[in-house]
Amino acid sequence: MNEIEYHAAAKTDEIPEEDVKGVVLDDEEIAIYNIEGEYYATHGICTHENIALADGFVEGQLIECPLHSACFEIKTGKAVNPPAEIDLKTYPVKVEGDTIYVGIEK
Amino acid sequence: MNEDRTFLIIGASQAGGWVAQTLRHEGFEGKVILIGEEPYLPYERPPLSKAALLGEVTVDSTYFWSQETLDEANIETQLNTRVIAIDRNVKEIVTEGGTRMGYDKLAITTGARVRELPVEGADLPGVFYLRTMENTLAIRDAVKDGTTAMIVGGGWIGLECAATLTKLGCNAIVIESADRLCGRAVTPEISDWMLEFHTSHGVDVRLGTGIEKFQGAGQLERAVLPSGDTIECSVAVVGIGVIPNAELARDAGLEVDNGIVVDDRACTSDSDIVAAGDVTNHPNALLGRRIRLESYENAQNQGIIAGKAMLNKAEAYSELPWFWSDQFDANLQMIGLPKDWEETVTRGDKDSNEFVTFYLKDGVIDGAISVNNPRDLRIAKRLMLGKKQVTAAELINPETKMQGLLKR
Repeated sequence: MNEIEYHAAAKTDEIPEEDVKGVVLDDEEIAIYNIEGEYYATHGICTHENIALADGFVEGQLIECPLHSACFEIKTGKAVNPPAEIDLKTYPVKVEGDTIYVGIEK
Repeated sequence: MNEDRTFLIIGASQAGGWVAQTLRHEGFEGKVILIGEEPYLPYERPPLSKAALLGEVTVDSTYFWSQETLDEANIETQLNTRVIAIDRNVKEIVTEGGTRMGYDKLAITTGARVRELPVEGADLPGVFYLRTMENTLAIRDAVKDGTTAMIVGGGWIGLECAATLTKLGCNAIVIESADRLCGRAVTPEISDWMLEFHTSHGVDVRLGTGIEKFQGAGQLERAVLPSGDTIECSVAVVGIGVIPNAELARDAGLEVDNGIVVDDRACTSDSDIVAAGDVTNHPNALLGRRIRLESYENAQNQGIIAGKAMLNKAEAYSELPWFWSDQFDANLQMIGLPKDWEETVTRGDKDSNEFVTFYLKDGVIDGAISVNNPRDLRIAKRLMLGKKQVTAAELINPETKMQGLLKR
């Protein structure tokens, strides 16, 4: 397994509950979510078409793509309804102080 | 289970593809054959007026499922095949070549075809429609930097086409017979916004005029307007609506009325035949009326319901109609089919090209249109589904947190 490097990605107060923010880390587009005060990260682009999920809508445990309304489970990346059929990549997250770090394989 | 039934799907379309995929997802192990007139596997139509017309994507990349994916699912395809009859007495379909194929269950997902412009010269080379992959490839071949292209019809297809051809360096001229753009789908204020938006991007929009005729010596050279004015152009793209391909069903004796009449489980008047997508006239419980939709979402989701119905597993299908369109750098989305609304209010700033217009009726949202704000549109959808009481004042107020309204 490749080593994981944590990158400072956002401040906790930048992402309200049930919301999402897009960032670019190490040339990867990443979406960071806040669900009930816990932070999660997935790949930032819908697996169906090239659209940023950060423009989408968080509801409960799901992120809905702004373009075709495909939904993914934020915690697992699982594609839960069409048109997406491929799961989203997820990333480990840790919070230190008010900074959210996202882990990316080196 | 030993399964020897054969399920046929007429129409290798988005809806037809989802019928086939759903049969497999639900565990059906019999034969599934997807029959299509075109030489292509089921493809996405949204790119036809955008990325595919720009030449940014390949044909293969517009396929919903690759040949490999279909093979893995054991979904057979029979392309380049036109079905000319359904013989319900013996449960067979007849192809143009005279071949008969038996079915145990049948799905009709034949979609719609373009409405043709009934004017002189409309058959000249250079006059195109935009509905199929073939249409898009032909238009792309016909235009180059500096081409003057006349777009007949200021609806969604016409405006998307105008935007894309402008990006390709064409001089796009939009002719719309009504006095505003997208008149059947949006409020007059949004029509005004669209006019200004397209004009500011270099599109020449002419309202309140149709086309008298096209002229040219063996190739389109000009359009003549009813006023007598002529416009020199070598390309014209007509986008004046579509007609459901329901003749096959009608000739087979199925009930047809502005599309194939189906129930909320996509079942036709024959218990062995379902239908889905643009071709159906279906009930919508949320709206309380029958509708026929030309939308991505309906082709997908009614296709899924139809697949389940073939296995007697369907649940009732009812969703708020949802559409989108991309024109230049604007993403427009619409939710609902508002009718008899009392007022409309706009949140956001039209001049910044980012706003949402809500239709209000009896204190709830009856529909919404967003420009570059897909997120608020999704909140509007949930407010509609929850029948949440809202006021015009709070929707307009930029201090109002839209998400907060959902918690009522």
